[in-house]
Amino acid sequence: MGLFRRGSLSSIIQRIFGKKHAKIGIYGPPNVGKTTLANRILRDWTGDIMGSVSEIPHETRRAKWKKDVKIENGSSSLKMDIVDTPGISTKVDFKDFMNTYGLTRDEAKRRAKEATEGVIESIRWLEDIDGVLLVMDSTQDPFTQVNVTILGNLEARNLPVLIAANKIDMDESSPATLKSAFPQHPVVPISALTGYNSDNLYTTMVKHFSRKRRKKRR
Amino acid sequence: MTKKDEGISFNLISRNKLEEFSSDDKLKFIIKEVKKGKILVLESGLTPLEQTALIEYTMKEIEHDTFIGVEMEGYGEDSPSFIQKLFGLSKRPRITLIGPADLLKTVRKDSNMIQIRIVPGRGAR
Repeated sequence: MGLFRRGSLSSIIQRIFGKKHAKIGIYGPPNVGKTTLANRILRDWTGDIMGSVSEIPHETRRAKWKKDVKIENGSSSLKMDIVDTPGISTKVDFKDFMNTYGLTRDEAKRRAKEATEGVIESIRWLEDIDGVLLVMDSTQDPFTQVNVTILGNLEARNLPVLIAANKIDMDESSPATLKSAFPQHPVVPISALTGYNSDNLYTTMVKHFSRKRRKKRR
Repeated sequence: MTKKDEGISFNLISRNKLEEFSSDDKLKFIIKEVKKGKILVLESGLTPLEQTALIEYTMKEIEHDTFIGVEMEGYGEDSPSFIQKLFGLSKRPRITLIGPADLLKTVRKDSNMIQIRIVPGRGAR
């Protein structure tokens, strides 16, 4: 009785074999909904939010994090430090901010400069995390070089990856395309905006990120 | 900046040449060539860790009016067969194309084909 009093078999197994705390980075290209998802997770589990969101790319230009976010899945749980990282891209053109989003030249240049610094910061955070929630836009082609590069990097480090196929509230979304593109990783279709399927995401996060793995250090 | 009337230069870099470089030197070479407006086809592409390092290096090199970054396309690494693994062969990067982001635009990419367009009106610098 005593052995099983405080939880189910799965929680006991987790206590013996699994992690209880993990630092999870939310990664992805710009404008896929990383901060919207970070806000959704924090709102659901702490009542707080991570940061502001915008339709202008590179809104998050410094990494932000929230410590000790406890996510529960039935009788098991995982405490996570959630790191919301700036979007990773291979190019930053200040003229895009001017021509597409109406920023002044000075604002656009400043945003572009900060965006390049943000990309560098995101990449450096990879050294210090235990797992990645990789956010992809399910309305877009999944085979972007940024997606492929991030995934390849995480696989080389043997870091656990969970793909959040975001924006499934939009008509043109195709989470099935994402699943078939990256069959080696779990893919959870979600809408960070509406919260659709977030329970499934949390369940998968706890299961996936609790597993102990040997992290390859560079 | 004056544009030279010499078209756009594609340079195919052999595996042998790439293997002479250290990772750092390889990235420096790539960025130096791409900043000149050249498009490089690497016979043996970059590993995922080198690709990430290239992105970081690119961000440091961005200059608002002359260099906005790179367009880089390729496929993931070749996985060795069981037999190859027995002989100690590890994953090998496959052919990769890298060029200036203001010159190249990826139109479409799937697991079998990458379609890239050269933006008209530009030439080698």
